[in-house]
Amino acid sequence: MSRLDVRSIGMSLLAPAIAILLSIVVTTIVIAAVGSSPGDFWSTMFEVPKPRLRVDIVNQTAMIYIAAVAAAIGFRMGLFNIGLEGQYTLASFAAASFAGAAYLSGWANVFAAIIVAMAVGAIWAGIAGVLRTTRGVSEVISTIMLNSIAITLVGYFLNNYGVKEGNSVHTKNIEPGTSVGGFAPFEDRDGEIWTLAIIAVLVGVGFWVLLNKTRFGFDLRASGQSESAALASGINPKRMILISMMLSGGVAGLIWMPAFFGGARNYGTSFQVGLGFLGIAVALLGRNRPVGMLFGALLFAFLSVKSNDLTFGTDVSPSIVQITQGVAVLAVVVTYEVVRRWRTRLEQRAVSRELAPTTEATA
Amino acid sequence: MSTTTTTTPRKRGVVERLSKSWLYIGLIGIGLVSFVRIVTDTDDLTAAGTIRAAIIATCPILAAALGGLWAERAGVVNIGLEGQMILGTWGAAFFTYHYGPWVGIAGAALLGLVGGLLHAVATVTFGVDHIVSGVAINLIGAGTATYLAEAIFPEYEGGGPRQLNGLEAPTQITIPGVSDLANTIADKHWFFVSDIASFIQALTTNISTLSLLVFALVVVSAVVLWRTSFGLRLRSCGENPQAAETLGVNVYFYKYVAVLISGALAGIGGGFLALVASSGFSTGQTGGRGYIGLAAMIFGNWRPGGLLAGALTFGYTDSLRLRDTQSVHSLLLLVALGLLAFAALRAYRRQVRGAVAVTIAGLAVLAWFLSTDSVPREFTVMTPYVTTLFVLALGAQRLRMPAADGETYRKGSAG
Repeated sequence: MSRLDVRSIGMSLLAPAIAILLSIVVTTIVIAAVGSSPGDFWSTMFEVPKPRLRVDIVNQTAMIYIAAVAAAIGFRMGLFNIGLEGQYTLASFAAASFAGAAYLSGWANVFAAIIVAMAVGAIWAGIAGVLRTTRGVSEVISTIMLNSIAITLVGYFLNNYGVKEGNSVHTKNIEPGTSVGGFAPFEDRDGEIWTLAIIAVLVGVGFWVLLNKTRFGFDLRASGQSESAALASGINPKRMILISMMLSGGVAGLIWMPAFFGGARNYGTSFQVGLGFLGIAVALLGRNRPVGMLFGALLFAFLSVKSNDLTFGTDVSPSIVQITQGVAVLAVVVTYEVVRRWRTRLEQRAVSRELAPTTEATA
Repeated sequence: MSTTTTTTPRKRGVVERLSKSWLYIGLIGIGLVSFVRIVTDTDDLTAAGTIRAAIIATCPILAAALGGLWAERAGVVNIGLEGQMILGTWGAAFFTYHYGPWVGIAGAALLGLVGGLLHAVATVTFGVDHIVSGVAINLIGAGTATYLAEAIFPEYEGGGPRQLNGLEAPTQITIPGVSDLANTIADKHWFFVSDIASFIQALTTNISTLSLLVFALVVVSAVVLWRTSFGLRLRSCGENPQAAETLGVNVYFYKYVAVLISGALAGIGGGFLALVASSGFSTGQTGGRGYIGLAAMIFGNWRPGGLLAGALTFGYTDSLRLRDTQSVHSLLLLVALGLLAFAALRAYRRQVRGAVAVTIAGLAVLAWFLSTDSVPREFTVMTPYVTTLFVLALGAQRLRMPAADGETYRKGSAG
């Protein structure tokens, strides 16, 4: 039994290892193809990051991780919530407007804004959930449409009701008492690790507990693996779809909250786009497992943040890491599939080997 | 085939016949537009300039939608259209700069095809989930185009890290006699006739050969997919690959061909954006048109005629937002009338709940039209997306995608 465990752990690490290797190879080839030096690139990337970048990496990891958990909730249910991008954009805007209006003060405002963010994200994802359960509309298509609608809507509200400052528009700044800074692990000028990055830890632990220690989590995993089996054991699949979609959207609403209360303080040019898609990628990379996704988020954050160094030392532009990230995702899903097929074949062989003598005996 | 078409019952009523054919729907649509144009006195609604802009906005969406059609008819969902389109914009820019526009288009198709190849390898050979692979390809496509542009274009004349301007466009053609005649009639602003005339005028005056090529590709795709044995086999892979395999069809081959063509078509759509729709390449210029193409294809029920109608609708609204807001506002009346007509059709078919819902929506839009006098630009931008959601919500039961669409198929699974 333990031998099998070691082997299965080895196999589950095999796929990400191959994928990372493959993405390194592809990145190297692309860099060499346009005539830059891959050696410079990798030595810059693998240098130990400066303190300021280390802080950035932690902060980015937190946000990407929240996004990954949001995606994973859908995946475990067999739903593809591609609409994280729209959900967290709309939710961040709503929360920033609410917090900026200062109906409450201090921590009460922070908590209320976070609840607003979760509610808006959940409702926006819920539209796709309702369309799926009542009208049979694929959540993939509806969430893609909802993404574009959300981003346009936010643009409309911002242009008409935002605070104009020079060329840019943003929501009202939150009052100093409401912002939740963080702590500076190094010197002050190196920046702070945002306090609300703790949301990532809570979400990760919550996800693990929900999935493995609650009836709901069991229902979720069961419905994700076989809807008919779940239905037969008394789970209402429509209810599960709607709840998990809204849960996924609710968590998506949290994605940008650490940055908002930690540094941005308004929704405007400082809003970071693309975290939703990164989250989906990291969920795939980490196989929807809480720990796996943590490593994935760390890797992606490291690549994104560290690529800033490239502009100084090399002639490779930082956008190269987008290729690395994309290839890593594609490679990891392909290798998981290959490893899975290989394992099935091994198991089939093992079964037929153990059955062989008995069939001979009966024959 | 021939026996079933000849024995079709000919007792269908007038309304049934009118609502089944895309030709009649198109004519009714033009009539409605013409009516709205005269009532609201916005000649811009069907001015040749508007229609020309609409055609230019339609073509990239149409090419992407066709790409979606090819892949999904063979049973592969291609959400990577967006990424393949982005690759196409870069390919068109690079090859046009060096070898002229037609090689540029070929280059766009080639880059799109590479994206398609990635998708085919992942989904067909390795059986990865189609959506997952598509999302990854969108990441790779966007990253590759951005990186290659930053690495190569700054050294070019008219280029920078995010754009490459001054690219030579494919030739435009004008048919002399027809163009002038149509222009004269269009200027009269008669009901219906002038609208058709300005449509003809737009099609015969300074139209890009690439636009014509894209429209021709719709016809070619329809013929190849529905009138040849190659197309029949390809579609059989999307409907029931196991059955196809038992009949000796090489399912993997057809799926590969379909996805490669799909990528190439999306690439051409991207090339159109870089060469015709604007004066050059810029990063992020696809703006989600790959997704809109996918929506147009679903809107059109996985049929060439339908996706053409979808792409034209989306392209028309897309082009209107660049023009004055008054014409967008009169478009509201058009939408209201369209919804009410649709409601009447539902009522005629005795679908009471649907009729009531659509009537309410129609009246709401009508009230919006009467109570305001302009529409924010952002709302026009949203139109394709909201329309798609509505169409899906109202008609998801009537839409029929290929039976094995999106399913992973393994060779030998027919048993």
